[in-house]
Amino acid sequence: MAIVFYIAAMVAVVSTAMVVTRLNPIHALLYLILSLLSTAVMFYVLGAPFVAALEVIIYAGAIMVVFVFVIMMLNLGEETVRQERVLLKPAMFVLPAILAAILGAELLYLLYYGGRADTGQGVVGPKQVGVSLFTTYLFAVELAAMLLLAGLVGAFHIGRRESERELTDTEGTSEVRRAQPELGRK
Amino acid sequence: MADIPVEHGLLVSVIMFSIGLIGLLVRRNIIFMLLSIEIMFNAAGLAFIVGSTRWIQPDGQVMFMFILAMAAAEVAIGLALVLAIYRGFNTLDADRASRMQG
Repeated sequence: MAIVFYIAAMVAVVSTAMVVTRLNPIHALLYLILSLLSTAVMFYVLGAPFVAALEVIIYAGAIMVVFVFVIMMLNLGEETVRQERVLLKPAMFVLPAILAAILGAELLYLLYYGGRADTGQGVVGPKQVGVSLFTTYLFAVELAAMLLLAGLVGAFHIGRRESERELTDTEGTSEVRRAQPELGRK
Repeated sequence: MADIPVEHGLLVSVIMFSIGLIGLLVRRNIIFMLLSIEIMFNAAGLAFIVGSTRWIQPDGQVMFMFILAMAAAEVAIGLALVLAIYRGFNTLDADRASRMQG
């Protein structure tokens, strides 16, 4: 079983690196879905089958589909690839990569400085998770519900303003100049 | 289930988090920045699950569910902003939207 974990981890790391370096948003998105699916495999091997299912259904399923919707709606394709080719020079990776490497090295140092430990041998099933979720963490569940409501209301608010503007102003002249007074009015 | 050292699970988590951080710092396209944030959420969730299986307790999995809820809310707001910026500026370049009035 352990070899499955390491293969999935390798797939996850490689596909995550591909997400960051792609020019076409759809390609990046498909690599991210691959990364999430291999993370789900890792969860399963580690003994968390419920969360593995949630990762596939909610993360790779629902959240990524929203991304696909938006990218398809914006009709990003060749134009974005050309634009990104100008924006994304290999030299731009140098400094952030060094900074992130320093951070990662620090984390790894702390990781290996402590003692070693194996992961547990048991499986934490949905029942235990559900009991814990609705007894110990009940208040946090209600806070998460409030957060989702706030997200819903916020998305509706931001999206509605745009569609109204499109309805009232059908001429596509000077989009930037038209947008700025409205941004100021917020 | 399997005999995997905790360090290896956390190692994968650290690598994925660092890649997400690099992506967030390097890319100027807002969609790629959002994707990088998702990578970092996922890496943090992986660390929680590794901790959960280390002590065979459900708490880490509960935390992962809260991360899921937060990611869903963040994606809803973030993509609404992406649409707003694309309609307003006709580009997804984050630098073009750096000036806000008011």
